[in-house]
Amino acid sequence: MAEVAESPADRGTASPRPLFAGLSDISISQDIPIEGEITIPMRSRSREFDSSTLNESVQNTIMRDLKAVGKKFMHVLYPRKSNTLLRDWDLWGPLILCVTLALMLQRGSVDSEKDGGPQFAEVFVIVWFGAVTITLNSKLLGGNISFFQSLCVLGYCILPLTVAMLICRLVLLAEQGPINFMVRLFVVVVMFAWSIVASTAFLADSQPPNRKALAVYPVFLFYFVISWMILTFTPQ
Amino acid sequence: MAAADELAFHEFEEATNLLAETPGAATTSRSDQLTSPGHVAVAVGSGSSYGAEDPEEEEGDRTALLQEEKPQPGFWTFGYYQSFFDVDTSQVLDRIKGSLLPRPGHNFVRHHLRNRPDLYGPFWICATLAFVLAVTGNLTLVLAQRRDPSIHYSPQFHKVTVAGITIYCYSWLVPLALWGFLRWRQGVRERVGPYSFLETVCVYGYSLFVFIPTVVLWLIPVPWLQWLFGALALALSAAGLVLTLWPVVREDTRLVAAALLSTVVLLHALLAMGCKPLPPEQVAPPAHVTSVVLHTQLPPTVARSVATS
Repeated sequence: MAEVAESPADRGTASPRPLFAGLSDISISQDIPIEGEITIPMRSRSREFDSSTLNESVQNTIMRDLKAVGKKFMHVLYPRKSNTLLRDWDLWGPLILCVTLALMLQRGSVDSEKDGGPQFAEVFVIVWFGAVTITLNSKLLGGNISFFQSLCVLGYCILPLTVAMLICRLVLLAEQGPINFMVRLFVVVVMFAWSIVASTAFLADSQPPNRKALAVYPVFLFYFVISWMILTFTPQ
Repeated sequence: MAAADELAFHEFEEATNLLAETPGAATTSRSDQLTSPGHVAVAVGSGSSYGAEDPEEEEGDRTALLQEEKPQPGFWTFGYYQSFFDVDTSQVLDRIKGSLLPRPGHNFVRHHLRNRPDLYGPFWICATLAFVLAVTGNLTLVLAQRRDPSIHYSPQFHKVTVAGITIYCYSWLVPLALWGFLRWRQGVRERVGPYSFLETVCVYGYSLFVFIPTVVLWLIPVPWLQWLFGALALALSAAGLVLTLWPVVREDTRLVAAALLSTVVLLHALLAMGCKPLPPEQVAPPAHVTSVVLHTQLPPTVARSVATS
C-alpha cells in the first residue's frame, strides 16, 4: 500500500489550492501493482461473445445459425434493396436449398441411364458451377461484389424455385393432364420471375450501369435452366 | 488516322486496313491526341499479330494513357483475364448485330471488334446455344408425344452435356486450327499478319448467334420450313465467316484459299446439321416403335385374312 507523507486534508483551512496540487507531495515507497480490466464498452460485448461460444450449448449454436438462415430467407421472399444478404454472407442456405432441390429432382427408378431426368450429382454440379461461373463473369466485368457474397445471393435466390418444386410434386400427385401441366407451368413461371427479381435487387447495384444487362443475363439463363429442370420433372 | 476516326466512319477498305495495322492509333477515345508518329512507325514495321495477348513494349509515360500499350499482366493474374471482358452492353449488342447481317464491305474484325476482342460474347453465346438445343430437343419430344401417344417421353438430360461439349469444342478448337494454319501460311508467304487467336474465337463465337433463333424456330414441325430456316441460318453464318476471312486469304494461292474457305463452310454446315432436330421416329426408343409397328401390322393381315375367307 502506499504511504502518504502528508495528507492533503491538513491543508484544508488554508487558501483554496488548485486541483491535484497536493499530489506532488505524495511519495510512494514501493511499487503499486496496477491491475484490473481495461474495457471499452462496445468491444467487451463481442469479446465476451467470442470467448463464450465455446461453452454454450449446441442448441444455441444451431439456433443462431438457423435464425440467420431464416432471416435471409425472409429477405429473399420479400426482396427489398437492403444489403443484409451481402453483409453477412453464409453458404448454409444455398447448401440446404441445393440438396433439397437435387433430392427432389433425381429420377427415382432404375430406368435406362440415358433417358431420364438429371441425377443428384448433375443438379448439384449445375447449381454450384453455374453460380461460380456467374460470379466469375460478374467479377471479370468489373463488379465490386466479392466472390462469396455473390455465391450467397445466387444460392439464396433459388428458394422460390425450391418452393415451386415442392408445389409441383404435390400437384403431380393428382391426375396428369393439360390442366395439371398449366398449373405447374404457371407456378414455375411465377417463381422464376420472383427469383430473377430477388437476385437482381441484390446484384444489379454492384455493376457499372453500362454493363448491368451483361451481368444479369447469365443469372436469367441460370434460373431458366433450373426452372426447365423443375418443369420437365415427371415422376416414374 | 486518329483525326479521321473522330469524324464520320469511313467505309474505305484502305482506311480500315491502315487502321488495323496501326493499333496504336485505334479508336479508344482516351488515346487520340497522344499517338506519336514514332510509335506508329514501330507498329507498321513489326507486322506481327496484334490483340490482347501481345507483349507490348513500354514507352514511358505514354503507356499509362494508351490503352493498347499497358504492360500486360501475367496470365496467372486476374487482371489479364479481366482485359478480355472489357465490353459494354451496347458493344456486345452491336457485335451481335454485325454477325447477324454480314455485309460485303464490312469486315467483322475490323469494323465491329476494332481490335478489342472479348470473350464474353463467345462464351455466353455458346452456353445459350447448348441450353437452347437441349430445351428444344426436349420440346420436340413433347410435341411428338402429343401427336403420337405411344412415344415414351423422358427428359433426356444427357443432351445438355453432349450439346455443350460439342459446341464448346467447335467454338474453340476450330478457331485454334484455323489460326494455326493462317500463321503457318503467313510464315510461308511473308505478308501482313492474320487475326490473333482471340479475334478468330470471337468471330466464330458471334457467328454462332444466328443459330439460337433458328433452333427455336425449328420447333415448327414442317419439314420444308425447317430446311429453309437451316439453309438461311447457315448462309448468314457462313457468309459472315467467309467475308471475315477473305481479306486474309485472298493474297494466298487460289487453291489454298478455296480449300480453306470450303473447309470452314463445310465444318459449319456439319454443326448446323448436328443441331437440326431428328424426326421423332428416330428419337423415341426403338422398343416402343417396334411394338407400335407390330400392332399396326397385325390388324391389316387379320383384316385381309378375314376379307379373303
